[in-house]
Amino acid sequence: MAKIAYYPGCSGQSTSLEYDLSTRAVCRTLGLELVDLEDWSCCGSTPAHTVNHVLSAALSARNLALAEQQGMDMVTTPCPSCLSNLRTAAHKMEDASFREQANALLDTPCTKNVQTQSVLQILSEQVDPETIRAKVVKPLKGLKVACYYGCIMSRPPELMQFDHHENPMAMDKLMELLGAEVVPYPLKVECCGASYGVPRVDIVTKLSGKLLDAGRELEADAFVTACPLCQMNLDMRQGQINSALKENFRIPVFYYTQLLGYALGIDDKELGFKKLCVNPRPVFDKLKEAAQAS
Amino acid sequence: MRIGVFICHCGSNIAGTVDCESVVEIASGFPEVVFATDSMYTCSEPGQDGIISAIHEHNLDGVVVASCTPRMHEPTFRRAVERAGLNRYMFEMANIREHVSWIGKDKEHNTRKSADLVLMAVEKLRRNRPLVAKSFETVKRVLVIGGGVAGIQAALDCADGGIDVVMVERDQSIGGKMAKLDKTFPTIDCSSCVLGPKMVDIAQHDKITLHTCAEIESVSGYVGNFSVTIRRRATYVDWTRCTGCGICTEKCPSKRSPDTFNEFMGTTTSINIPFPQAIPKKAAINPDTCMKLQKGKCGICAKVCPVGCIDYEQQDELINVDVGAIVVATGYDLFDWHKYPQYGEGRYPDVITALQYERLLSASGPTGGHIKRPSDGKEPKNVVFIQCVGSRDRSVDRPYCSGFCCMYTAKQAILTKDHIPDSQSFVFYMDIRAPGKGYDEFTRRAMEEYGAQYVRGRVAMIYPKGDRLIVRGADTLAGTQVEVPADLVVLATGVEAAQGAVKLGETLRVVPDQYGFFVESHPKLKPVETNTAGVYLAGACQGPKDIPTSVGQGSAAAAKALGLLSKAQLESDPAVSKVNLSRCVGCQKCISTCPFGAIKAVTDRFGNLKAEVIETVCQGCGICTVTCPQGAIQLEHFTDNQILAEVNALCPPKMYVNFE
Amino acid sequence: MNIIDLSEGDPGFLAEVEARSEQKLNTCYQCGNCTAGCPYTFAYDIPVSRIMRLIQAGQRETVLNSKSLWLCASCQSCTTRCPNQIDVARVMDVCRHMARENGCVSERTSKLFVDAFLKSVEEHGRAFELGLMAQYTLKSGRFFDNIAVGPPALMRNKLSFKPHSIQGKDQVARIFERFRKGE
Repeated sequence: MAKIAYYPGCSGQSTSLEYDLSTRAVCRTLGLELVDLEDWSCCGSTPAHTVNHVLSAALSARNLALAEQQGMDMVTTPCPSCLSNLRTAAHKMEDASFREQANALLDTPCTKNVQTQSVLQILSEQVDPETIRAKVVKPLKGLKVACYYGCIMSRPPELMQFDHHENPMAMDKLMELLGAEVVPYPLKVECCGASYGVPRVDIVTKLSGKLLDAGRELEADAFVTACPLCQMNLDMRQGQINSALKENFRIPVFYYTQLLGYALGIDDKELGFKKLCVNPRPVFDKLKEAAQAS
Repeated sequence: MRIGVFICHCGSNIAGTVDCESVVEIASGFPEVVFATDSMYTCSEPGQDGIISAIHEHNLDGVVVASCTPRMHEPTFRRAVERAGLNRYMFEMANIREHVSWIGKDKEHNTRKSADLVLMAVEKLRRNRPLVAKSFETVKRVLVIGGGVAGIQAALDCADGGIDVVMVERDQSIGGKMAKLDKTFPTIDCSSCVLGPKMVDIAQHDKITLHTCAEIESVSGYVGNFSVTIRRRATYVDWTRCTGCGICTEKCPSKRSPDTFNEFMGTTTSINIPFPQAIPKKAAINPDTCMKLQKGKCGICAKVCPVGCIDYEQQDELINVDVGAIVVATGYDLFDWHKYPQYGEGRYPDVITALQYERLLSASGPTGGHIKRPSDGKEPKNVVFIQCVGSRDRSVDRPYCSGFCCMYTAKQAILTKDHIPDSQSFVFYMDIRAPGKGYDEFTRRAMEEYGAQYVRGRVAMIYPKGDRLIVRGADTLAGTQVEVPADLVVLATGVEAAQGAVKLGETLRVVPDQYGFFVESHPKLKPVETNTAGVYLAGACQGPKDIPTSVGQGSAAAAKALGLLSKAQLESDPAVSKVNLSRCVGCQKCISTCPFGAIKAVTDRFGNLKAEVIETVCQGCGICTVTCPQGAIQLEHFTDNQILAEVNALCPPKMYVNFE
Repeated sequence: MNIIDLSEGDPGFLAEVEARSEQKLNTCYQCGNCTAGCPYTFAYDIPVSRIMRLIQAGQRETVLNSKSLWLCASCQSCTTRCPNQIDVARVMDVCRHMARENGCVSERTSKLFVDAFLKSVEEHGRAFELGLMAQYTLKSGRFFDNIAVGPPALMRNKLSFKPHSIQGKDQVARIFERFRKGE
């Protein structure tokens, strides 16, 4: 099997600790071996590409070069923003003159095109669904979830080459596999406000508020996300949204790896439920009730 | 030989970047050229008269005209030299417009290149010899492929002109797309009221033979003498006895057949007559859903049929017919709007196509002419129309305008208000294309009298909220994003070439363009002809067209077919291949490469195998001449020696090899 | 309202945007699909389809001073749905680069956030969120905007008080150094 380097991304060490934690736990349980990319650095995220494309590519390419040096065939990351940057860098560096410009900023040039994929893509394309189904010990029966993918998990399609760019289904299928009822959430790829939570919180409260509203209308018990920024905006800022929009949303927002881990029977501690801001308790109560009833 | 050379200025088209006087001077020195001159417009009457008088005055026996492409005016000049008493093949043309003046700006280079092209023409002409066309009889019968409004018009015009017509239609009934429409723009005429009588005429005309459920299997032959094989699909009903009484369709227990006539809005019975005005009004069984044909159980239709015409054993039938001309009127299909995933890909039942909406508006449709939305049967209040779904969009490989969607959308907005007075229509458009007579006034009426809100901008997405759909678009005139909560969304899906058009084109040797529409012979002056003699186009198979234009083309194609077959005999082009029997070794390579089946094997009187060209079938493509290892087969008027003479004129030293 | 003299447009602007974004802007026929899909339109001063038109018309000043450039989140809605396959998000990105280079900053807080983020990466090799927030808050003077999310994050031990520095942080710093030298 190909050697997969794991790139947690900066938020995996702070605001999305639970995403990193649960991703590792789930991959281990499913037999996917992740080797941490040693000494990885920030991909540059959105700020870098808004300043300059060469700078952005160089910050990402340092990591691709590391993967190359460490003998990895592929880099995987849970974070769509990191992924988008890594993929953009690799794609743009297919052009020789751009590669030269980016490499000129690096100590060690990046010469090979290392493949990059999200953890979600690997889980949904390389792991047999039956393997997962067989390992489910606590099915998500009775739980209604809205899967929210965020704007760049599969867009632009030419670059991301994963799932459907308007109606992605990877998480939907995964959640159904675990026994959850997936509502036909219509705003799967609408933007949540991204990193504007800091400079323009009004933007985030409006956009994320709309997302929460659509989930509530479909009577979803919880949101399932795959992006640290999306999760943070919907979860950590839910209070801000409530005060800005005079709402009273109280919808738990999980990373898909957390619910997957739960269904696989992984210990709560390894899934970081305590890190969530909106209390997920009602979800677990509902699941336990359903389990007892059946 | 005494050759005359005429250099055309074509106004400033050629003279602008070619020194025509210099070309005349240079050409005067070419071998056997005894006269050279230039003129402003050689194709004009004085220009042609100039050629004729020069032929008489200078006793010319060959003429070169250096002007435009031969596609347009070679016949013109051939007729001119013929009027002066020369054989029409003693004429050559050099294209110094498309090949020189229009593509290069350097006058000196252009002038030299023009002189080179004239020299090539002169060298070829020196080796031309008079050729005489052969005459042949034609079959006085026309095949019309496609029974939509264009084909119907073409068939009726041909039949009224006294020619036999065979019409072939793929569907069970003729009528095409127009039969599905409720009303037509800009008059709001009832579509089936104006088309219905014409359909009946097709059925009743004694000169028209109609085959529906039928497709073209193969075509061979040539202008005036095509042999056509038609495959008629098994309908499992003997149509010579079926009276169209409809009892079988009432009793059929299998109701899962896709209702193609109603654009898949619901299902229908396995044995079915698609609509009340169907021509022919005969029942047919859909073998995919019929329980008797699928599982051997049922057989109810056979039991209830009062005339006993159900035949579960019926097979496809091949019908052979000879015709002199073919009119292709295969129409169009709708763009598959699922290629726009942002419109829901079919997840939202209340997003429908405009043709589906026609069926909702039509009294013969699934809702009896009441606008009820598919999801819950409610009458919609806010109806949003989205234009250019699959038109003018490179990202789905449909960069062209479909032409008539603006008009039918305006019509549907008007009809919506007529049906539901308290409804509100919103039309998202990019530009309004309404150039026909009374068309712009019609779209204005939709806005001014019927209050349709026209919003200039595309729609980025549709998503459900409650029992409505939120349509999010742009209003570029207001300069912002807009949202409409809609009860029903109607997509003006664009026009595509009909399914199977490319394959049919191969059968007919008619070239489709990159989108599958058949290419006409000349975009301006031969709009219904094709590059295959005797095959004509009518309607949307050539490109998106509305009803009046399709009907006009149907008549035009009929006029062309009637004109062709009105001649007692046709002349064949003598520029065809010819076998030098003394060189032919009978290897038959030419026979296997000929794309037209124009070469056959014969045995000479010594029992040797030889190739023989069927002159009337040969199209003069020349493939056989380059295949023949012996140089035994030569294309008249384009012999190897003539082509080499042209090459040698350009690139000396000369190769002294005789291939003839 | 500004009256635009179209003959006075700056054609070099269109050419520069086209070259740097590798997009053909003349294929834009103003259908508005980008604006229709853009979640940020409500916050923009100029909707994205009009930015495209203004670039075509060579309106350098108007475009580079637009707030919209600083509010685009590169969510790719416009790029994904453009019927003429223009990478609109990339055009917005390039305009933002040019605005920055020309000292046009119409959304100060957006720029400060970007600067704080990159400074943090330059110093530590990775983004140090608490540090960059402190830096941003200090520079922007917006002390109360993010107060609501600070405590919950801290309470859940999400924000580390010290940066996760890496061995190769000098390598990352040198990327920035070389970039600035080349500019």
